[in-house]
Amino acid sequence: MMAAATSELQEIRRRAAESFETRGYPTKRDEEWKYTSVSAIAKAQFPAEAPSLTGNSLRTALEQHPGLIEEHLGRYASSEENAFVALNTAHFEDGAFLHVPRNTVVEEPVWIDYTAVPDRTTHPRNLIVVGANSQVRIVERYRGSGRYFTNAVTEIVAGENSVVEHVKLEEESAQSFHVATIQVHQARNSNFKSHNISFGGLLVRNDVNAVLSTGCEGTLNGLYLATGKQHIDNHTALDHAAPHAASHELYKGILDGISTGVFNGKIYVRKDAQKTDAKQTNKNLVLSPGATINTKPELQILADDVRCTHGATVGQLDEEALFYLRARGIGEIEARDVLIYAFARDVIERIGIPEIREYLEKALFERLVFSRQSSGGAL
Amino acid sequence: MNKTSMSKTAILEIKDLHATAGGKEILRGINLTVYPGEVHAIMGPNGSGKSTLAQVIAGRDLYGVTSGEVLYEGDDLLTLAPEERAQRGIFLAFQYPVEIPGVSNLYFLKAALNAIRKRKGEPEVDAMDFLSLVRRKMALMEMEESLLNRAVNAGFSGGEKKRNEIFQMAVLEPRLAVLDETDSGLDIDALKIVSNGVNTLRGPDRAIVVVTHYQRLLNHIVPDYVHVLAQGRIVKSGGKSLALELEESGYAGIEELAEAVR
Repeated sequence: MMAAATSELQEIRRRAAESFETRGYPTKRDEEWKYTSVSAIAKAQFPAEAPSLTGNSLRTALEQHPGLIEEHLGRYASSEENAFVALNTAHFEDGAFLHVPRNTVVEEPVWIDYTAVPDRTTHPRNLIVVGANSQVRIVERYRGSGRYFTNAVTEIVAGENSVVEHVKLEEESAQSFHVATIQVHQARNSNFKSHNISFGGLLVRNDVNAVLSTGCEGTLNGLYLATGKQHIDNHTALDHAAPHAASHELYKGILDGISTGVFNGKIYVRKDAQKTDAKQTNKNLVLSPGATINTKPELQILADDVRCTHGATVGQLDEEALFYLRARGIGEIEARDVLIYAFARDVIERIGIPEIREYLEKALFERLVFSRQSSGGAL
Repeated sequence: MNKTSMSKTAILEIKDLHATAGGKEILRGINLTVYPGEVHAIMGPNGSGKSTLAQVIAGRDLYGVTSGEVLYEGDDLLTLAPEERAQRGIFLAFQYPVEIPGVSNLYFLKAALNAIRKRKGEPEVDAMDFLSLVRRKMALMEMEESLLNRAVNAGFSGGEKKRNEIFQMAVLEPRLAVLDETDSGLDIDALKIVSNGVNTLRGPDRAIVVVTHYQRLLNHIVPDYVHVLAQGRIVKSGGKSLALELEESGYAGIEELAEAVR
C-alpha cells in the first residue's frame, strides 16, 4: 500500500496480516475480551479508507525519512497479542507522525485530529518519537458522524529523561465502533502521562500499555462517560520491567442508561524490578439501575521489595451530598450535575493543558444534559 | 404568643405535625408558631425528635409526614422541594455537615446565593461584590480565607464544619434559620464565635430556631422562648429561664412528663 515502505516494515505488515487471518476477531471466550463482544464490528464490514486527519502525515514522513520510522514503527504494539493491532498493522494507510529531536521543549500542544466519515473503516496509525531530554504534550482526538469503525494504533517512544504528556479524546459518534491501542515504550528516567478520555462511540475498546525502564514515572489516567446503550472497555497494562520505577493510575467512570463499562488494569512487576512503586485506582459512579460495570485489577508481582496498591469502587450519587446542596437552594438537576462533575474533576484536573481542562468541563456538562434529555439517561 | 407579634404573619406555623422514619413515628403532634424577630430554643433528650423536626422543615425526604401542617409565611411548606424552601429563605445548619469532595466552598456558596437571588428576581451576584461579602463574613466567623478554595467541608475539623455552616448562613441571610445542634462538639472559643455569628443575624424580620441538647449555647444565643421536646411532642414551653431549670433538673423529669401526656 505504501510505495516507500521498506522491506522490513513490509515483513512486519505481512506477518500481522497473517496473524489476523489465522486468528480472526477475538470472541468472548478470549479472556481479554470476556466482557466485550466485537461481533457487530465483524459483521458491519465497512470498506476501508485512508483516515482523514490534521497533523503530520505518517505516509509523507515515511517517504521522506524511512530510516527513523523503520526503527520504531510496529516494534512496540504487538500484533500477536491483539487482533486489532494486527488488523491495523496489516492495513493502515496513514496516520500521524511526530518526531521531537533530543533536547527540545515543544511549547504548544501538538494536535492530531481525526474525523471519520459514515460507512467506512479506518486504521489510523500514529508514531510519536520523543528524543532524550525533550518535552512535549500531545492531543489525539477522534470524532465523526454516522456508523463507522475506527481502529487506531498509537506507538509512543519516550526517550531517556524525556517528559511526555498524551491526551486521547474519544468523541466518536453515538453509532460508531472505536478500538484503539496506545503502546508506550519508556526509556530510562522518562516521565510519561496518559489521559484517556472516552465520551462517544457505541462500542469502545481502549488498550493503553506502558513499559517502564529504570527510574521511570508512568501515569495512566482515564475518564469514561457512558449513557444509552454505550459500551466502553478500558484495558491498561503497566509493565515494570526494571527497578526504581513508579506508576500511578486513576480511572474513573460514569455510567448511565443501560450502558456497560469495563475496566481491567494489569500491573506486571518483573523479577528484577525492585523498588517498584505502583498505585492503581478505579472508581465508578453508576447513575441508573440499568447500567453495569465490570472492574478487575490484575497484579503480577515477581519482585519482593515493591509497593503495589490497588482499589476499585462502584457507587451511586451521594444522597446526603445531594440533599445538602438542595438545602442551600441549588436545584436538583444542577446539584446532580455538580456532584457528577466533582467526581470526574480529579481526572480532568490532572491534565497539564489548561485549554483541554476547560474544554472537558464544558463537554462533560453538555454530555450530562444530552444524557438527561435522551430517553436512556437517568442523569 | 407575645402581644407585639400578634399583628404579624407567623414565619413558621407547625400544626399537629406527625412524621415517621423507617415505619416508626418520631414526631407525634408538634405545635409551634414562630413570629418574626423571635428566637426559639428547642431542647430535649437524645431521640426526642429534635433533629427530625429540623430535617422535616428543611425538606429531607427520609421522613414521611403522616399528618399535620407546616406553614411558612402562611404558605404550605410541605409541598415544596428542599431547594425551593432554601430559595424562599429557610436555612438549616446541619448537625452533621456533609463533605463534598471536588466542589469548592466558593463555587458552592456562589451557586447557593445565585439560586436565592434568582428566585427574588435579582441578577447574579457580581464577582467582586461576592468576594468582598464573603471576606467580611469570613472575618466575622474568624475563618481562614484559604478555606474558600477547599472542597466543601472536606477534611474540616468538627468545629470548622460548624463554623462553616454559620458562615454560609451569614452569607445567605435567611429569613428562618434552624440550627440543628450547632453547638455540640464545640470548644468555648468556637462556641462564642458561632454564637456571635448567629446573634449578628438576629433582627426584627428574621426568626431563629435553635435545636440543642445543652443549655450552654443559650447563654450566648439568648432565646425568647424555650420548648422542651420529648417522645415527639413539645411537653413544656416557657421563657429562657426554662433552660436553666432543665440544666438543674436534667431531662429525667421531662421523660416522666412525656409519659404522663401520652
